Amino acid sequence: MTIVTGVTCPVCGTFCDDIELVVENNVIVDVKNACAMGAAKFLNYATHRNLKPLIRKNGELIETSLNEAVGKAAKILADANYPILYGWSCTSCEAIRVGLELAEEVGGVIDNTSTVCHGPSILSVQDVGIVSCTLGQIRHRADLIFYWASNPWSAHPRHIERYTMFTEGRFQKSTWKGYISRLGGVLSRKRLRRAANLVLRRDIPATPKIERHLPYTMFQKKRKMVVVDTRKTRTAEAADYFLQIEPNKDYELLQVFRMLIQNEELNVDKVAGVPIELLEEVADVMLDCKLGVFFFGLGLTMSEGKHRNIDTAISLTRDLNQRTKFLIMPMRGHYNVTGVNVVFTWQTGYPYAVDFSRGYPRYNPGETSVIDILSRGESDAGLSIASDPVAHFPREAVQNLVKNPLIAIDPEVTPTTLMADVVIPSSFMGIETEGTAYRMDHVPLPLKKVVEPPKTCLSDVEILQRILSQVRKLRRTSN
Amino acid sequence: MPKLKVILLTGRTIDQGKGKEYGKLSREYWESVTICFLDPKDLKVLEVKEDENIKVTTKSGSVVMKAVKSARSPHPKIAFIPYGPWASIIMNQKTHGTGMPSLKGISAEIEPAPKGKVLSLSELLNKHYKVKKS
Repeated sequence: MTIVTGVTCPVCGTFCDDIELVVENNVIVDVKNACAMGAAKFLNYATHRNLKPLIRKNGELIETSLNEAVGKAAKILADANYPILYGWSCTSCEAIRVGLELAEEVGGVIDNTSTVCHGPSILSVQDVGIVSCTLGQIRHRADLIFYWASNPWSAHPRHIERYTMFTEGRFQKSTWKGYISRLGGVLSRKRLRRAANLVLRRDIPATPKIERHLPYTMFQKKRKMVVVDTRKTRTAEAADYFLQIEPNKDYELLQVFRMLIQNEELNVDKVAGVPIELLEEVADVMLDCKLGVFFFGLGLTMSEGKHRNIDTAISLTRDLNQRTKFLIMPMRGHYNVTGVNVVFTWQTGYPYAVDFSRGYPRYNPGETSVIDILSRGESDAGLSIASDPVAHFPREAVQNLVKNPLIAIDPEVTPTTLMADVVIPSSFMGIETEGTAYRMDHVPLPLKKVVEPPKTCLSDVEILQRILSQVRKLRRTSN
Repeated sequence: MPKLKVILLTGRTIDQGKGKEYGKLSREYWESVTICFLDPKDLKVLEVKEDENIKVTTKSGSVVMKAVKSARSPHPKIAFIPYGPWASIIMNQKTHGTGMPSLKGISAEIEPAPKGKVLSLSELLNKHYKVKKS
């Protein structure tokens, strides 16, 4: 039995680096410090996996040799006029670098999952810049935390514990005890409601609380958390104040905050369904903090307004910095989605949606982004690596993806591998293969190899290098 | 049959996050992404009880899911579906020039589907994406 410490968790963008694994006979038997998602991955990663390469013949996926699968994948890419190479957020920076070389070689479009995630955030950062920092600074100094349209309790379960409210910073104390007592109150209210329902034999739903003022805890000199969202989440329950807003109204609310912090008068009673007096008090709390931070999630990037929402959020942060100190950071989803933007940028100049069809990199999201290419039906082949577009792209885009030859490089069985024509199983990055990945605050950390991979599963780097070398051979022959 | 117009949101849940790590073919994943969270009042309007089937329809299509009473109400006329192949069926691919399809804040209509069936993953893929492969 071996205990491996300091393992990074290859699941979400929080990319925790304090995981301990107990390994026995090349099997992970116990996990410490991981969240529910991390533990589920470390203990179950090998449950549904492909061990042998597969190739589609007569409509069925059948086992084949690695050489044949690589040869077929290379032929599909070499023969294509406009292939798309998509995914990359759950693999290492080293694999992404080879992927970019492959995209340039085949003259295709290479795009990553940020295109359906924080792509609009990147567009906004390019428009108006960003004032940000590393998570360590926030942990030690931030006294006002906003989670805007983000639910870290579900998507980044240890973010609050490691970097914001429940962490003991050098200058800011953990608010864990306050949360426990508040949770007691919430549970008591729920129990009372349930008892009332049983006694009265009817279902009394919770009634909306009509608030005119912020709770007194918002004016105390301690670390505070505000959640802005369209529905109450577990994160919202942990917050000192939850601002429930109407869907698709983030843009106007952010603009209103920009006006309020500049002492502008507003001639409306409510914005986004929230009384203006409350918003004035929240604006005062923003101005009174020593160091505030906005963590924003996909509620801003996927709703109406998209990158304009982020433009405004960053502009609000910039405005706040004239009166106090404020920072902003996107809550990146996959563990290396930040890394993929970094590697794309240092190799091509652009963070995603890079088109090599003219022989040089071009970038124009809305035109060269993968969903738009698929919706126009322009691509004639696809490669998906370390992602699952069949599960997460809109139906019409998936229909155009699977009607053309599709290659899937993935350790797991996914809807994409089930629909692919060539499936090449890889080893699990961060469990069976080492590499480098970037945390959401652009800090590079190593991915560890903890157990040996099955002999039939090569790493993403090796698979991509083999395909690249085969494509080069085919292109030399045809020239 | 009663119908209800809602604003549809998609997103992560911790069960969906765990389910995808158990494996996309796992029972846990299927159970975590074939559900639609509704406000208790909206369930009453629809005359639907928890775990009964409903049909969610948008301009892009419709899908049958299980109704689940939201644990943190009220959020009237806001429905929430976890990310996954079932939610993707009813999403629109238009990006309005940004590269990003609208996956939150979509207009949708919900109705009871007592005779509808929540499809398995293979049934869903066969129904919507089955193409002739050589």
